[in-house]
Amino acid sequence: MIEPKATPMQEQAPDVRIRNFNEVPLGYSEDEAVREASRCLQCKNAPCVGGCPVGIDIPGFIRAVKERKVDAAIARIKESNALPAVCGRVCPQETQCQGVCTLGKKLEPVAIGRLERFCADWEAAHEACTPAVKPATGKRIAIVGSGPAGLTAAGELRRRGHDVTVFELLHVAGGVLMYGIPEFRLPKAIVQREIDTLCRMGVRIEVNKVVGRVATIHELLCDGYDAAFVGTGAGLPQFLGVPGENLNGVYSANEFLTRTNLMRAYRFPEYDTPIKVGRRVVTVGGGNVAMDSARTALRLGAEESFIVYRRSEAELPARKEEVHHAKEEGVQLRLLTNPIEFLGDTGRVRAVRCLRMELGTPDASGRRRPVPVKGSEFEIETDTVVIAIGNGPHPLIPQTTPDLALTKSGNIAADATTGATNLRGVYAGGDIVTGAATVIEAMGAGKRAAAAIHEYVSR
Amino acid sequence: MYKILSKRTLGPKIREYVVEAPDVAKVGKAGQFVVLRLHERGERIPLTIVDCDRKTGGVTLVVQEVGKSTQEMGDHFQKGDSILDVAGPLGLPSEIERYGTVICIGGGLGIAPLYPIARDLKAAGNEVVGILGARSRDLLFYEDRMAAVCDQLHIMTDDGTYGRKGFVSDPLREILASGRKVARVWAIGPAIMMKVCSGVTREFGVPTVVSLNSVMIDGTGMCGGCRVQVGGEAKFACVDGPEFDAHKVDFDLLISRQRFYAEEEKCAVEKYLADKRGEGVAR
Repeated sequence: MIEPKATPMQEQAPDVRIRNFNEVPLGYSEDEAVREASRCLQCKNAPCVGGCPVGIDIPGFIRAVKERKVDAAIARIKESNALPAVCGRVCPQETQCQGVCTLGKKLEPVAIGRLERFCADWEAAHEACTPAVKPATGKRIAIVGSGPAGLTAAGELRRRGHDVTVFELLHVAGGVLMYGIPEFRLPKAIVQREIDTLCRMGVRIEVNKVVGRVATIHELLCDGYDAAFVGTGAGLPQFLGVPGENLNGVYSANEFLTRTNLMRAYRFPEYDTPIKVGRRVVTVGGGNVAMDSARTALRLGAEESFIVYRRSEAELPARKEEVHHAKEEGVQLRLLTNPIEFLGDTGRVRAVRCLRMELGTPDASGRRRPVPVKGSEFEIETDTVVIAIGNGPHPLIPQTTPDLALTKSGNIAADATTGATNLRGVYAGGDIVTGAATVIEAMGAGKRAAAAIHEYVSR
Repeated sequence: MYKILSKRTLGPKIREYVVEAPDVAKVGKAGQFVVLRLHERGERIPLTIVDCDRKTGGVTLVVQEVGKSTQEMGDHFQKGDSILDVAGPLGLPSEIERYGTVICIGGGLGIAPLYPIARDLKAAGNEVVGILGARSRDLLFYEDRMAAVCDQLHIMTDDGTYGRKGFVSDPLREILASGRKVARVWAIGPAIMMKVCSGVTREFGVPTVVSLNSVMIDGTGMCGGCRVQVGGEAKFACVDGPEFDAHKVDFDLLISRQRFYAEEEKCAVEKYLADKRGEGVAR
């Protein structure tokens, strides 16, 4: 008899967690993990593996958990995934491995993400294993950008014996895992632990290194690197382009989250970087970043936090779990609402002028197009606005590599399977290629590019 | 870690540092900047590059001690000490060409970023007229360095304690009104000074470049905190600038955005000074 529901994970209560930045879900105990692992049917065709962008042997690791061989389970996961503690937390499993789980056809799917997280956290509490590294090949690879794509590519290439250097322009490695995703969803110590593992494997990480300026991609290749991987992400914040957007108090989500996560503004003045949050915060957008911003605002002391989104709840691009967490914490959704102007008072934003929307016929994305309701203008009083409507490609590498082929949207044009660009020896992957997507998709791209780079330098 | 190779005082609360950052020194150009962070709890501070020594790897920076971090730097970071992070060069370099006669105006701390631009313009074959301004004699620095690269140099102080009494816009207006052909003007300093100079050159139709020091975090195009309105469009000072066509810049917006954290900056300074006094007592 299989338990119909997945084993729940303990969480911090909403009224407690909105007063701290600690992680919300608390993880499984070993018994909970074993109970959940026992729900797995161990299907021969294992659809879950196909649903995983990095192809983890999911039935294999779950079987090991069921047998309480957690060390074997984590080793199995790490064969395919260098960042399990991260993926167990931020992967949209509901649309990937768990979305195709056989059990999910009738009952709740196996909580694969929670099990992955359990294994990674178990390892952290014990002696960390350092993945084996093949003998040195003498080939040097430059990885530009230390986000999920770059770190994955670095791990995969180092494992194959190559000499790998990762260049990061900020003062810490990790990219969006460090500056973007909040502490309460992905503790920074966990990201650091995964990075430390790569360093133990012999990956060199150089922070404060502005590739494009201190050395171009071409200069790296002339300077003894046999190949380069560009994983510089979608770092350029997009704005709505409506009047009043440059008023004080209107932040890009990138700035709002970077001040908080990377610079620890929530501990100002102990930390030097300030942030202003005010009483009423309006976040524009409906993705995970919008949810992260709205929830961060509450933790920074906002009395009310609103999400303004132009479509309906069904179209929210954020993960269901994030929307659920946000609502539990008191984030208020203002759906079918489109901001058209920010109104200010002595330079500081004081209100958002909005239009009510209704859903019309489907647009190019297949979602019903929001159309404004005539004469429906109204204002939402606010003192801080966060624009979370997406990011464009980080401009530095395209700007400083004039012969690198780009797509119409300014992303790097790269082969979907190999990450190869039009330049010999230059590969790219992650958000800089696809536009803003998920951590695991970027990791998948890093992994595929690493295989192609390995083949290229081994020729 | 980035070692401080030398440190000297240029005036009250104005210090010049040479920091060992060979990557930056190798390629840094006039008009570009670095972002530095003093320690683990530090903020990211953008500072315009004054000079790069390719041989020693030294990057010259001038710091005015106005906020908590800059005061801390003045008090605790000496020759031989190290700064945790220095990243750069960031931003686009100044467009150095042979224009003819150019006027280079530096106000207050703006003299520091102005100097390498004037130097490179001179080296490119321009006739360089320098105008330096400060509130008072003791706040004026780099007169000797500027004199070495300018064909003429005008010195102004607000209180008349040195040079002529008045503002940098006074000699600017006189030169332009005299009918002398000026191809281009650089004006770097406090936003209000750049705004006034820009107003003067607009009257005479002389192309003018300003360097905008808006509030920024990463300095690489990611936060958008430094956005400025130029010709009706939002631009990022860090990657689209920091230099822009002065006649298109919305200076009032820049000034308003620069002041957004004034309260927090004041709080941080007060706390720092209180802690410093406390330390003094304890010792």
